[in-house]
Amino acid sequence: MKTILYIIQKEFKQIFRNKGMLPIIFVLPVLQLIILSNAATFEVKNIKFGYIDNDHTSTSRALVEKFNASDYFNVLTDFPSEAKASAEMLLGNVDVVLDIPQYFERDLQKEKYINLGVTINAIDGAAAGVENVYITQIVKRYNQHLKIDLLQVSDNQIQPVNIETIPLFWYNETLNYKTFMVPGILVLLVTMITLFLSGMNIVREKEIGTLEQINVTPIKKSQFIIGKLFPFWVIGMGLLTIGLLLAKIIFQVPMVGSLALLYLYTSIYILVILGIGLFISNFTDTQQQAMFIAWFFTVIFILMSGLFTPIESMPKWAQIVTEFNPVKYFVEVMRMVMLKGSGFIDILPHLLKTLLYAFVMNGLAVWRYKKTT
Amino acid sequence: MDNDKVIQVEGLTKMFGDFTAVDAITFDVKKGEIFGFLGANGAGKTTAMKMLIGISIPTAGTANVAGFDVFKQAEDIKKNIGYMSQKFALYDDLTVKENITFFGGIYGLSRNVIKEKSDVLITELGLQKVANQLVASLPLGWKQKLSFSVALIHDPKIVFLDEPTGGVDPITRRQFWEMIYKAANEGTTVFVTTHYMDEAEYCDRVSIMVNGKIEALDTPKKLKKQFNAATMNDVFLKLARG
Ligand SMILES: Nc1ncnc2c1ncn2[C@@H]1O[C@H](COP(=O)(O)OP(=O)(O)OP(=O)(O)O)[C@@H](O)[C@H]1O
Ligand SMILES: [Mg+2]
Repeated sequence: MKTILYIIQKEFKQIFRNKGMLPIIFVLPVLQLIILSNAATFEVKNIKFGYIDNDHTSTSRALVEKFNASDYFNVLTDFPSEAKASAEMLLGNVDVVLDIPQYFERDLQKEKYINLGVTINAIDGAAAGVENVYITQIVKRYNQHLKIDLLQVSDNQIQPVNIETIPLFWYNETLNYKTFMVPGILVLLVTMITLFLSGMNIVREKEIGTLEQINVTPIKKSQFIIGKLFPFWVIGMGLLTIGLLLAKIIFQVPMVGSLALLYLYTSIYILVILGIGLFISNFTDTQQQAMFIAWFFTVIFILMSGLFTPIESMPKWAQIVTEFNPVKYFVEVMRMVMLKGSGFIDILPHLLKTLLYAFVMNGLAVWRYKKTT
Repeated sequence: MDNDKVIQVEGLTKMFGDFTAVDAITFDVKKGEIFGFLGANGAGKTTAMKMLIGISIPTAGTANVAGFDVFKQAEDIKKNIGYMSQKFALYDDLTVKENITFFGGIYGLSRNVIKEKSDVLITELGLQKVANQLVASLPLGWKQKLSFSVALIHDPKIVFLDEPTGGVDPITRRQFWEMIYKAANEGTTVFVTTHYMDEAEYCDRVSIMVNGKIEALDTPKKLKKQFNAATMNDVFLKLARG
């Protein structure tokens, strides 16, 4: 235990003495958060909207009128049949088709729950996700008794979409994309910085030869590794704190859920990333190599995290791959807790999977770490 | 095992792929001895040393260091030896004191002992003025002396020095050898490699390695006689030229 403290002490001294590194750790992420959050907007305008009105009542026309009044939709055509609508969608002449059933007005007056069919052209998955949100919002505001049956069309295939997978959009009532993006970008920053720092740190000692000096001492692998990684765990938590403060102050992102829960989850999540970093440094001899491998994983993790492209619109195999992406879980937890106010039980599956991941990665990394060659 | 022998090596071999860097070397080192490990560049000195200090697994042979087996008890060996690498391996971005404290801490010394040792050591090396300066700012000779002292911080039974005087001036080399003698007088066994043949004369016994094999091993006096040479330098040249 005392040995670990000596390593931690040394590590912190080196980190804070490295004048080139400090700005990279703390200033770059802040800039990145501000720039990316402002740039990564998903706003979609001039959506080509079509509808099939099987009811032809004042109520159904009023609903269509709501879409017409919205800035986002250009109300196109009243399609005579579903077949016609599908054909037009495949030609790209319409992005969204709303199917209003017969007896719409009558059932609504009886306060029955009604399913509205919505078909979205999901060739551009991100846009489809946004369109879905817009539609949902308009319909919900019109009448609480309406429910949407969503279909997405992509690659000439029509697939039903489980609407339950996208409810996160609902909790961002004002459709403010910064509110939606900031928590996700915060995830990127925490992940990137901790992965790069931990991945390169041990390799650096390999390069300058001090690792060999450590390896001739009787220090235990676990002591060395814990001592080495702990400072980066602290830095990760520090980054989360800075990011949350910026989110609040600059972007006015609400913090609906429990802060403590977010910190609990992040504290485990960072262990996963540190384990991956350590694993990378086991297999590399130079900082450049470590950097490239870290980049490789970061890019995959980010693109497959659901942050920029909804996971639901990825091919099946890719969806399976995302199950192994820790960033995906963190993005979901961040949005769930911050925007939706999810509690401990709601994120428990995420928490458990992340914990398991942490055990596996660190176990592998410690096992692979060799004091001898 | 023979209590007198702190290092016993038999048929020790290290191969990197097809290349045999260390070729079945056999020798013993006695307690308290200054053992010179000579050889031209690439002879295999560093490779042999790394096997003895437990950071490189031998391909074949046996070796016992400080009473422990290099295959099975590498971590026990590490408690009993000090090592000074050919490449400077203290932290340039830590001060003299911080380096001493860190390595003392890693070897499990208590804060008090570290404090005491570090004061003594800094005084002996005459580093009082630079004790709180980054090691990076020290001249090479001072750095080398500091690494040697750090290698001895936990009072090891054997200290392994890999070209400790490479690239330093003659005066510093002289001081360095005084430090080596002092350690040996206090009972520490010294295993040292060098390229300087005058330094070989200071050793109790010397082995000369050529292309991974030990070609000669004895006291400098007997080696000079055996090879009919006036200096160790001549002995070395005769051997190395084959
Ligand atoms: N990890 C390795 N992989 C492959 N070959 C190696 C490795 N380490 C050393 N060698 C080779 O083994 C040979 C012996 O190297 P070693 O470093 O032991 O020599 P040395 O006697 O210490 O030389 P010097 O006096 O230059 O330090 C060299 O030819 C070297 O290139
Ligand atoms: Mg060498």
